[in-house]
Amino acid sequence: MSNFVERAHRVGREVASRHVDSVDRDARFPRESFDALRDERLLGMLMPRELGGESATIGDAVAVAHALGQYCSATGMIFAMHQIQAACLMRHGLSSEGLRSVASRVARDQLLLASATTETGVGGNVRESICAVQAKDHRFTIEKQASVISYGSHADGILATARRSPDAAASDQALAVLLAEDYTLEQTSGWDTLGMRGTCSNGYVLRAEAPLDRLLPLPYADISARTMLPITHLTWAGTWVGIVTDAVARARAYVRAEARKRGSAPPAAIRLAALVAGLEAMQGHLEAALARFERASDSPDKLTAMSFAVAMNALKTSTSTRAVELINEAMLICGINGYRNTGPYSLSRHLRDAYSAAIMVNNDRIMGNTSNYLLVLKDIPELNA
Amino acid sequence: MSSLSNQVREILAQGQWLKRDLETLRDDADLYDAGLSSHDSVNLMLALEEAFDVEFPDALLKRRTFESIQAISSALSQLKIDAPVP
Ligand SMILES: Cc1cc2nc3c(=O)[nH]c(=O)nc-3n(C[C@H](O)[C@H](O)[C@H](O)COP(=O)(O)OP(=O)(O)OC[C@H]3O[C@@H](n4cnc5c(N)ncnc54)[C@H](O)[C@@H]3O)c2cc1C
Repeated sequence: MSNFVERAHRVGREVASRHVDSVDRDARFPRESFDALRDERLLGMLMPRELGGESATIGDAVAVAHALGQYCSATGMIFAMHQIQAACLMRHGLSSEGLRSVASRVARDQLLLASATTETGVGGNVRESICAVQAKDHRFTIEKQASVISYGSHADGILATARRSPDAAASDQALAVLLAEDYTLEQTSGWDTLGMRGTCSNGYVLRAEAPLDRLLPLPYADISARTMLPITHLTWAGTWVGIVTDAVARARAYVRAEARKRGSAPPAAIRLAALVAGLEAMQGHLEAALARFERASDSPDKLTAMSFAVAMNALKTSTSTRAVELINEAMLICGINGYRNTGPYSLSRHLRDAYSAAIMVNNDRIMGNTSNYLLVLKDIPELNA
Repeated sequence: MSSLSNQVREILAQGQWLKRDLETLRDDADLYDAGLSSHDSVNLMLALEEAFDVEFPDALLKRRTFESIQAISSALSQLKIDAPVP
């Protein structure tokens, strides 16, 4: 187990699991978990050592999200969303002075970063914006109707997409790095949802003003293809596989307890064998996609290839779909004890949280993009391609 | 201006994906800046494949290949397009 994963399990075991019920019930931010993640200095792990981080890999971040997801889905998902923003800063911001100083603050002060891509009017189509960057002298302003910003009011900064200028096309976007002192949030909607309740994903009007050097220099189209899209799907999948891992652990504990009581295998033991195979496949898919990202990681050409986007999209749609199916299987194994809201075999929260996966950027939208690519993409991938 | 780039311009004009005036758009101007979305770019690829009777190999299916009229023309000439197809 890597040192990062050990630290994540410590936070999960000692803190996140103690508060998960109230985070879920009261739809409140998992404050204790994030205090503990800061104490373990895990929020800055991706930043380079010379800026006070630990030069961790994307694989390390995925493994931490996976560990945290086993104790509290909201903690895992918020950690994932933060590291996606941190990765954009780390991979595309370090050449600019203003952004480098934000990166070093993320590492040294363990800042928590949120994301405002979704906008009223364009929905989940994150590759288009309505709002625009308005530049004046050395500063710019943005006003965005952000219909969902997870943990917006608990974050120390927000990365927001906007059209590059007032006359830019909808898809000609820039990514702005905003710190809490640069913006105000006017809440426009709440977050009383089926699951992922602790992400506190309220809607806001985001009004910001910041120096011009806080715009990432690379167009968002490239940031999206090279970093945002693959790392989003990898870290989200890490969290979802983590949720399933705990559901399977509960089903396994249930079957073991039943077997001891009976002195022989209970009928559900067969289902458990199939469930464990399903989890193995899910984990294998994630590991293969991660290895593929790591092989492409330093090559803009490989990262912007259609075949790469197809692979990352497939990870998202398949993992999100399988998560619900596997937790449902685990519930059939645990029976009424899985259906309960309380107790060691309860799977109610796991199932509710997992339902967010398919709509967190709707799978239909993602499959729409993939199907579009398949109109021109020809090669059949080789093993280990 | 080569005849290849003129043909690419014609296809761009038919597709109506751009928000800028094609007449004033230079061969090396960024088409994505000019309003081409990634969804549009697939339609552009389909239109090019149809017009030039070629298939872009996967190695060419990346953003940069379609970022300007110049880049598209050079990809097409890599695929050994010499004679304009009506
Ligand atoms: C737990 C959670 C946390 C989130 N956190 C954030 C956050 O921090 N920041 C942020 O910016 N966003 C966040 N989001 C929003 C998320 O990223 C998506 O943008 C949002 O879920 C999409 O909302 P939608 O279903 O209204 O929109 P749409 O994606 O527009 O979908 C609406 C419907 O239209 C269909 N549809 C629309 N267009 C197409 C198409 N082209 N092809 C196929 N089908 C289509 C969809 O299938 C769906 O049925 C979060 C969402 C969740 C669930």
